[in-house]
Amino acid sequence: MSEVQKQEDQLAIEIRDLNKWYGEFHVLKNINLQVQKGERIVICGPSGSGKSTMIRCINRLEEHQQGEIIVNGVPLVEDVKKIEAIRKDVGMVFQHFNLFPHLTVLENCVLAPIWVKKVPRKEAEATAMKYLERVKIPEQALKFPGQLSGGQQQRVAIARSLCMNPDVMLFDEPTSALDPEMIKEVLDVMIELAQEGMTMLCVTHEMGFAKTVADRVIFMDAGQIVEENEPETFFNHPEHERTQLFLSQILNH
Amino acid sequence: MKYDSQPTLPAPASTIGAVGWMRKHLFNGPINTIATLVLGYFSIIFLWPVLDWSLLSADWIGTTRNDCTSDGACWVFIGQRLDQFLYGFYPEAETWRLDTAFFILAALIAWLIIPSTPRKGWVATFTLVIFPIIAFILLSGGYFGLETVETHKWGGLSLTLVLAVVGIVAALPFGVLLALGRQSDMPIVRSLSVVYIEIWRGVPLITVLFMASVMLPLFFPEGMTFDKLLRALIGITLFQSAYMAEVVRGGLQAIPKGQYEAADALGLGYWQKMIMIILPQALKLMIPGIVNTFIALFKDTSLVLIIGLFDLLAIMQASANDPNWIGFSTEGYVFVALVFWVFCFGMSRYSMHLEKRLHTGHSNRA
Repeated sequence: MSEVQKQEDQLAIEIRDLNKWYGEFHVLKNINLQVQKGERIVICGPSGSGKSTMIRCINRLEEHQQGEIIVNGVPLVEDVKKIEAIRKDVGMVFQHFNLFPHLTVLENCVLAPIWVKKVPRKEAEATAMKYLERVKIPEQALKFPGQLSGGQQQRVAIARSLCMNPDVMLFDEPTSALDPEMIKEVLDVMIELAQEGMTMLCVTHEMGFAKTVADRVIFMDAGQIVEENEPETFFNHPEHERTQLFLSQILNH
Repeated sequence: MKYDSQPTLPAPASTIGAVGWMRKHLFNGPINTIATLVLGYFSIIFLWPVLDWSLLSADWIGTTRNDCTSDGACWVFIGQRLDQFLYGFYPEAETWRLDTAFFILAALIAWLIIPSTPRKGWVATFTLVIFPIIAFILLSGGYFGLETVETHKWGGLSLTLVLAVVGIVAALPFGVLLALGRQSDMPIVRSLSVVYIEIWRGVPLITVLFMASVMLPLFFPEGMTFDKLLRALIGITLFQSAYMAEVVRGGLQAIPKGQYEAADALGLGYWQKMIMIILPQALKLMIPGIVNTFIALFKDTSLVLIIGLFDLLAIMQASANDPNWIGFSTEGYVFVALVFWVFCFGMSRYSMHLEKRLHTGHSNRA
């Protein structure tokens, strides 16, 4: 019992028998996934395979119909207070950054700490500057998002999430909307974050990133987890035919 | 390979300036040239009599109709009745109170409109919270030794402004709540909002005013009376909030889903998300719609005539029926039209300007 308990304490996220439908369409089928604290997971798969939907279920941007999601020991249920509590601890970075365009970079970063976590403004601003320095754009703090490049905006978005001091970070195709020359600056920030021990779930097609930092790579297709393995095995000896096809398509172009 | 940097040359003279503009827009090709000349000719033919009547052969100076001797407009009528057009039947000795109230309002609006003035937040709060109290005390009196002026004596342009400003300002918060209600996940809140909006939008304002003034008192207990102007204001506010709700809804729908998701993902609650993230952005998009609604309301206020309130138009009509001035209603209508046009055009230009200035949102995004 205590053995099981101890193992559960180590889990940042546990997903059990997750099923989700969009109307009639069965988008997630029997997903089971355990994420240890400090683990870095990369999720890949063809478009429409349900990978984004899955990580969006973890902070309830999408509602699931069956199964259980437990984040930091808190089960995700239909209760606004519980959902908001989980969202406090789970940061998310979006494909299109989704910065608030009417607020400065600094305001973007301090808004949630001040209003959700009730951190005093001075302290929140100090934290924000710390993270903006970490993503290497402290000098942009007083600009508006519209004045920044895509790569800079995405780094602000990462800093904004970090300001909430999350236990888990979700990345939903963070580099897909970026111009090629800006991908690296965002990946560098993510790699640094991974090396500091942040629990991360990244939906991405950046296979170099997966090889560098991932503890596990998960391949999804048609709403199912087809294969999961450590990057070494995943890339060199993929088990399933579907995985092999996918890898050959994205690696050999 | 070697290259020399080329000098920057001015554009050819025939493509810039007034000549270039006329070439490009009025005389580019034979058909356009003919159209320009023909339309120019007709413009002069039709505009000349208007100009002649209204300005060149008009009478400006005098005190009675006998001073209007020429063929043109008799602006003496307007000049003689101007006080009534502005203040209605408000006691002459007290009109300074209206002047003061509207002067304060104009100053506050100017403060808010001019971009460089400081402390806009405070001034806006003052305008919306404290000013209405001051205006009410000034207009209706009864406090601080001010003589009470009952609302049936209010009239003219000042009444028009009171109806329009109160109507729009009071309708905005209700409109926001209704629009949020219409988007709510809670089925009862949503249906109630939809029903409210659709009922009020489906009824002409004139009916609303009529019901507020004639039918509503039938439902009140014997002896309980309600000020007629107040009833009209409540009717206008309820009516207008339905329109405002649709304007707000349009603004809300234009905000990308990602903004809602980002706010959700950060753990913001519903009201925090709406007040700090969604509404400030939506408000910018709503400005043209709000101004549009306001312009429509400003003109619709003339309908209060049917419940016996004398707005600018009604009071002009009454004056034109005065035996001393019979036969000058054209001048009256032109004057009223001009006043309405100046207000509406001003608002419309300001909203265009504001839209441009606030245009910092999503279109800038990569």
